[in-house]
Amino acid sequence: MYQYNDNDQILVDERVAQFRRQTEQFLKSEMSEDQYRALRLRNGLYIQTHAPMLRIAGPYGLFNSKQLRKIAHVARTYDKNYCHFTTRQNIQFNWPKLEEVPDILAELASVQMHAIQTSGNCMRNTTSDHLAGVCIDEIEDPRPYCEIIRQWTTLHPEFDYLPRKFKIAVSGALHDRAATQFHDIGLHLVKNDAGEIGFKVMVGGGLGRTPVIGQIIKPYLEKKNLLSYLEAILRIYNLFGRRDNKYKARIKILVKESGLEKFSTLVEKEWLLIRDNNELDNERINGMKAQFVAPAYDTDAVRDTSFSQQQDENKAFATWVKYNTADHKISGYRAAFLSLKAPDSPPGDMTDVQLDAVADLADKYSFGEIRSTHRQNLILADVKQADLFVLWQQLELLKLATPNIGTVTDMICCPGLDFCSLANAGSIGVAKEINEALDDMDYIHDIGDLKINMSGCMNGCAHQSVGHIGILGVDKKGTEWYQLTLGGSSENNAAIGERLGPAVAKDQVTKAITTILEVYIEHRLEDESFLDMVNRVGITPFKEQVYAIN
Amino acid sequence: MQLIKDRQIIDDIWNYVTDDAELAAGNISVSLARWQQDKAKLLAHDGNIGVRLGPADSVDDIAADLNSLQLIELDFPDFADGRLFSHAWLLRERYDYHGEIRATGHYMNDQVFYLSRVGVNAFSPEKAEDLPVVLSHLNDFTVKYQDSVN
Repeated sequence: MYQYNDNDQILVDERVAQFRRQTEQFLKSEMSEDQYRALRLRNGLYIQTHAPMLRIAGPYGLFNSKQLRKIAHVARTYDKNYCHFTTRQNIQFNWPKLEEVPDILAELASVQMHAIQTSGNCMRNTTSDHLAGVCIDEIEDPRPYCEIIRQWTTLHPEFDYLPRKFKIAVSGALHDRAATQFHDIGLHLVKNDAGEIGFKVMVGGGLGRTPVIGQIIKPYLEKKNLLSYLEAILRIYNLFGRRDNKYKARIKILVKESGLEKFSTLVEKEWLLIRDNNELDNERINGMKAQFVAPAYDTDAVRDTSFSQQQDENKAFATWVKYNTADHKISGYRAAFLSLKAPDSPPGDMTDVQLDAVADLADKYSFGEIRSTHRQNLILADVKQADLFVLWQQLELLKLATPNIGTVTDMICCPGLDFCSLANAGSIGVAKEINEALDDMDYIHDIGDLKINMSGCMNGCAHQSVGHIGILGVDKKGTEWYQLTLGGSSENNAAIGERLGPAVAKDQVTKAITTILEVYIEHRLEDESFLDMVNRVGITPFKEQVYAIN
Repeated sequence: MQLIKDRQIIDDIWNYVTDDAELAAGNISVSLARWQQDKAKLLAHDGNIGVRLGPADSVDDIAADLNSLQLIELDFPDFADGRLFSHAWLLRERYDYHGEIRATGHYMNDQVFYLSRVGVNAFSPEKAEDLPVVLSHLNDFTVKYQDSVN
C-alpha cells in the first residue's frame, strides 16, 4: 500500500489548515454561501437533510488498519457511532457538526486520510478493482497507476473548476469489477499484439439521469503517455464542456453532442501538442510499483488441509466460503468479503465497534490492509485458507458474515430520503422490506448472481440503471413511487436496464421484486443466470406477471 | 487602484475601455471583440494595449497578436467557470506569452494559488482590503503534485 512521504503529508496538513480558515471565514460571515459551498464540497462536505454529510476519500478503496481505527474514532467522537461505505469506495459520515469538520479532517490527516475532491465539479477519487493485485485474471496490478492518477488529479491547478464532476476508474483484470464503462474516463490495462501492456481508454460513460456506456477513444495507449492523454481529454472537456445547463455538463453529453469522431479529433489534436510532456518513465512506474509489492506470503499456506476438512464438517462455513471468498493468485490464500449487507442493517453501514474489530482482524489475518468495494462491502484480500474458519467465526459475531455477496440481498442502496436532501423517495426502508421478504438463504442462493441496485432519486447514486434489477425512487405528487428496470450491468457486458413499465407504489415494490424472482425461477434454463435469462427472453414475461398483480 | 503583480502590491497603470467608449490615451485594455474590430487603430494608439478575455473567448483568436499585447486580462464572470484556467495555461505554455496575465472579476481569493500555477501573475481584487489576503493565498500550499506553468 502506498506510504505517504513528507510531501504527501505536508499537502494534507496544509489542506486542513486551508479548510479550517475557510470554515472560520464562513462562520464569521466573511465568505458567501456560494463560495463556501464550492470550497466545502471540494472537501467532501455536503449540507444534507438532517445534518452535514462528510465524504472521506478511500483512494481506490485501500485502507490500513490504523486508518480504519481512526474512522471508528471519528464515528464515536464526532458522529453517531457509524459510517457508510459508498459505491465509489469512499466513506461517509452522516452527522458531523459543521464547525467540527476541520477537527475531523485534522484527525484524518494524522493517518494520511483526507476528503480532498470527494465532491464538487472537479476530478474525483479514482476507483479501481477491489481484487487488484490478488485476482487470478489480472493483466497487471492497476493500483500503481491509480496512485499516479490520484497524485496528478489532486489540487490540479487547471482542472479544479470543471463544468461538472469527473470520475476515473482503472481496471487491470479481464473481468471489469470497477464499472469502468460507466465513468467519465475508464482505463483498462490491456495487452497489444506485441505482448506489451498499455491502456484501453474509454470516455463519456456515466450514470445518473442519462446513463451512457463509455466509448473507446483509444484502443491502446502506451503507459508513458497516460498523463498527457488524460490532460488532453480534460483540457478539451474544460474548454468545450457545456456550462449552461448542469444536467448537460458532464463529458458524456459533450461526447454525445459532438459525436465520438469529432471529440476524438479534438483530443488527438491537443494530445499531439503535449504528448511528450509529463511522460511516465519506467523509473517512476517502477518506483510506484515498489509501493504495491505483494506482502510476504507464507509459502507453506498451500500445504494446509484443514480448510477443506472444515468445509466438509460445517455447511454454514462452506456456504460462506462459496459466496464470500474469492480465488487468490497465491495458492493457499483467498480474499474474504465482509458483507455490509446484514438483513437488519442499512446497506454499506458499519459501526465503530465493527470498524475497530475489523482493523484487528486485518492485522491478524491480512497484513493490516482492508479494501472497500464498488458494491459497498469490505474485503480482507490476503487471508490464508487455514485462517478462514476462525476469521469466519469472528465475522459471524460481528454480523459481517452474511453469505450473500453477489446475491439478491447484496443490494447497492443509496441513503435515500432518510438522509439525502436530493432524494425523492426512501430506499433504506424498501431494502429492509425486500430483505425481510427474502429471508430464506437457500432461496437466495438458488437465485444466485443477481444484483439489485436501488436509488432514491434520478441522480442514481446507487447505480440503479445498471442493476440486474434496478429500482428508482420517484416522486409523484408527494408520494413515493418506484420505477423498475431489468437487464442492466456494469461489468464487461455493460448494459443499461430496460424499463419494466409504469412505476409501482411503495407498498407494491417488494411484491414486484418477489414476482420478478419467481418468473426467473420458472423460466430459467439450467444454470442460467438472471441476467442471461433476461437477455434471452426479454422483459415481457416479467412485465406480464408484475403488472397482473397490480 | 492597486493590485498585485509578481507578488508585489503596485499601482494599476491600466484602464479598461468598454466597447462603446472612445479610446483614451495611455495603457488600455479592450475586449476581444473590440481588438478584432479596431486592431489597426489600437496598434497606432499611444500607449500599451491589453485584451480582456472572457471564458467563452478562444485564446487562439489572439495567438498571432501576442507580441503586440502587454496585458491579457482574464475576466471571471463567476468563480465557477474554470475555462479561464485553461486559457492562462495555453497563453503561457502553448503560446509562450511573457506579458502580464491578470485575473479580474469574480474569482475567489481561494483560487489564486491555482491561478498562479497556471501562469496568472497579476491579481486585481474586487476589494482593496483583499490585497494582503491574496498575497497570503499565493502560499496556500508549499508542495505540488503536477507540472504546470510553475
